[in-house]
Amino acid sequence: MTTTLPAALRAPFSAGGASAIDAQLANRLLGLALEAGGDYADLYFEFRVSADYALEEEQVRTLGRGITLGLGVRVTKNDATGYAYCEDLAWEKMAHAARTAGQIAVGGGHPPLGVAPLAQVATPSFYAVPMPSLVMSTQDKLALLRTADRAARAFDPRIVKVEASFAESIKEVLLFTSDGRMASDVQPLIRLGVRAQAEDDGRRQSGTGGGGGRYGMEYFEIAQHDAAEHGREAARVAIAMLDARDAPAGEMPVVLGPGDSGILLHEAVGHGLEADFNRKQTSNYSGQLGKLVASTLCTVVDDGTIANSRGAINVDDEGYAGQSNTLIENGVLVGYMHDRLSAKHFGLTPTGNGRRESFRSMPLPRMTNTSLRGGQDNPDDIVRSVKRGIYAKRFSGGQVNISNGDFVFSLSESYLIEDGKLTSPLKGVNLIGNGPEILRRVDMLGADFQLSDGIWTCGKDGQSLPVNVGTPTVRISSITVGGTQT
Amino acid sequence: MSVAESSSHTAAGVAVSERDVKQLCDIAELAVELAKRAGADHAEVVARGGSELTAKVRLGQPELVQEAGSRALGLSVLRGGRRAVTYTSDLRREALEALCAETVTLADFAEVDEFSMPPDPSLLATGLPDLDLYDPRVAEVDAAWALRQAIEAEAASRRADPRVTNSEGATWSRELGVSCFATSGGFVGGFRSSFCSLVAEPLCDDETDPTSPKKRNGFWWTASRFLGLLASPEAVGLEAARRTVATIGSRKVETQECAIVFDPEVARAMVGAIFTVANGSAFWRKSSYLVGKEGEIVASPLVTIVDDPLIPRGSGSRPFDGDGLPSRKNPVIQAGVLCPVMTDVYSARKLGRASTGSAGRSIGGTPGPTTSNLVMQAGSMTKQQLLRNTSKGLYVTNLMGFGFNPVTGDFSRGAQGFWIENGELTFPVSEVTIAANFDEILKRIDAVADDLELRAATAAPTFRVSHMTLAGTSRN
Repeated sequence: MTTTLPAALRAPFSAGGASAIDAQLANRLLGLALEAGGDYADLYFEFRVSADYALEEEQVRTLGRGITLGLGVRVTKNDATGYAYCEDLAWEKMAHAARTAGQIAVGGGHPPLGVAPLAQVATPSFYAVPMPSLVMSTQDKLALLRTADRAARAFDPRIVKVEASFAESIKEVLLFTSDGRMASDVQPLIRLGVRAQAEDDGRRQSGTGGGGGRYGMEYFEIAQHDAAEHGREAARVAIAMLDARDAPAGEMPVVLGPGDSGILLHEAVGHGLEADFNRKQTSNYSGQLGKLVASTLCTVVDDGTIANSRGAINVDDEGYAGQSNTLIENGVLVGYMHDRLSAKHFGLTPTGNGRRESFRSMPLPRMTNTSLRGGQDNPDDIVRSVKRGIYAKRFSGGQVNISNGDFVFSLSESYLIEDGKLTSPLKGVNLIGNGPEILRRVDMLGADFQLSDGIWTCGKDGQSLPVNVGTPTVRISSITVGGTQT
Repeated sequence: MSVAESSSHTAAGVAVSERDVKQLCDIAELAVELAKRAGADHAEVVARGGSELTAKVRLGQPELVQEAGSRALGLSVLRGGRRAVTYTSDLRREALEALCAETVTLADFAEVDEFSMPPDPSLLATGLPDLDLYDPRVAEVDAAWALRQAIEAEAASRRADPRVTNSEGATWSRELGVSCFATSGGFVGGFRSSFCSLVAEPLCDDETDPTSPKKRNGFWWTASRFLGLLASPEAVGLEAARRTVATIGSRKVETQECAIVFDPEVARAMVGAIFTVANGSAFWRKSSYLVGKEGEIVASPLVTIVDDPLIPRGSGSRPFDGDGLPSRKNPVIQAGVLCPVMTDVYSARKLGRASTGSAGRSIGGTPGPTTSNLVMQAGSMTKQQLLRNTSKGLYVTNLMGFGFNPVTGDFSRGAQGFWIENGELTFPVSEVTIAANFDEILKRIDAVADDLELRAATAAPTFRVSHMTLAGTSRN
């Protein structure tokens, strides 16, 4: 980060801070953690300042601010993990956490291992923000909310209610591992959200808009990203949905719009390629390396290096630099996303996917920015090719069962395609499919790749993380649409 | 790691005493006082502390032991009718002083909200009920014992059936906590609580379709505030195995209208969804299809749902609410008629009425109506009778996805379960969706079984919806 942060936003454990942690101190803690005979230990110091602002009924309703500080200590012994944390950086608290985590090795450990000399891991810089938003004045952020609110209201007189929110955080991490790695990072994150409600003749509908990423306030100067645009988008969806009719039920072709549709990819293949599931042989994709698992049109990449994207990471939460990993190439499974534990199991190098929600949780293999690469088709031709089907434009989320591969994803804005044209908007509906089967049915791919605008949060094992997704326009020859019209 | 009796994991120091409750209440009161001194007209402080133990095993070996304690404090201030909310995990006096000053400054940026007033002090709870929410035996558990429970549950699931070929593991976990709340209106209260659970997640290989081999997972669990009320590891493992093996050979069925029977595990989720459209916050925001329908018929006469925070030892019980008001039992739906919706002080005021004492409050959040123990009352027929008089339909054991729009009531979710033919469960079903408008779903409930068990804070018996749209394969 190029800017010097004001003292209030600086982690107390960083150099010059009130509880500065240096390599020597880290070394002592790692030594304590390994005392009982563990194979490996790491220390994860985290400091997070966050703020949120909410506007409702044209009023700034709530302003919130919070600070978290803590240390997570992990010790592994073979495949077993001991984990402990503390929220106080006093030596005795940290030492207690280190010893508690180290207990995992009691009874089966070897004499204590030494800690390797600590060396700084070289980290790239994918989100060097000119000025973190937390430094900017509160008034600037409230102005954003008012702009979004006004734009949504101005869009159509049938917009009766608007809620706008802005959330910002800055997270500083400092990491030490017993195999000698030392890394640090400062991770900004912002997100603007707008929800508009439309009412007409007794009918009510709502729509959402929003965006963000690892940016400062300069995000709002980018075309299509300004607050008014997000407000109008929420209003547009709410108004469009007023005329929504019941969706059909059954199997039919579905065209996914570019960008947010990446959620389907995230659920259908993404989670199944996180290597913890494959290490344990609990995923449908276990043992499928080198095999055709998708249509040959499909190349799927998880890329932590996309500048300013919501899922970007300079360094993962185990001290490995963020990187771009191809998972599926022309339909063939070529790699999984690894954390340290799964990489060790497969005899590979971690892929920079070891992420954790906070110092209170152990790292797991997680996605960053997951994309389906663009193809050759003209998006309009793709829609024109469908006689009767669904065009999916916006989504409220998805879920997958890793074991059997079944996934659902919920459409919040979709349209019926009749004779190659978008006709009626459809009421909210779910699509359900089986990951590997659906990816084999991708039969047209647009040349219009888009990255989603920074709104997605992924949950796994109770840990939430910011991620991003992207796709071009995609045609799936057949998928089950969960409407009511048979 | 060996799991010997003499593990040096120690439970010492995690037990919660009444003195710990008093100490944390004192900190909450101090923060209230500091906030007033910093210029707040009114301050509300929630302080929580506690510890967790998670012991997870997989294939007979320990996979994770996590142990830690934490504390946090959330502050909400009003100044000139403007509100700000903050939180910190640093409870030292100087840190609290800084937090209070910052919060008061932050409030000046908010706009005056005439509905944001504190509750009338005469409404605040006094003489809190003892709901028996803390079991000292839970605190005595150490990691070695917890691992052993998990190992036994997993082993039982793997022993139960040769078709259980793998496991996602079994986890024993516990939480001990203190929760305190203090306001400058004069409320101060706190209580300690315990909670423990055991879950087993076996896995099967399903090669019914050799061209598309799949894995099938399932799980079963037990949870309680009291150690003695947990089901045995053996029982948890066996039931987990039974549920998982039963899904082998799952397939889609044809798209059609048919009866949908909800297993208690998913019936619970449906009852939870009712609350998202029947609460004061959704009502004043008009973000519920039920707005304006209090006192009207919104469900079948077979449906009665009650929220009761005063059940002794209940998983969702609380002696006072998040505004400091006394906890009380509230009907949600009475024989199909929508009762006045549950409110906190703010949403009640927005609706021009009195709070039902249903406020929940998280650290760093503003209060809003929440459920405590939300229970759909049992019917009179047995589950067997209910199934026997269902000629054709889907018995749902699992729901997936987020397909519920509270504003319109449109409901569409992924489902898994068993096909019912002539009153019998026949084969397992997956990869289908069930859909209908929620208003229709509630009104079409035509049978409720008597198998209600308070396994979790939200509970329901098996019930049947006469018909919904099931989307699966195309009709031939």
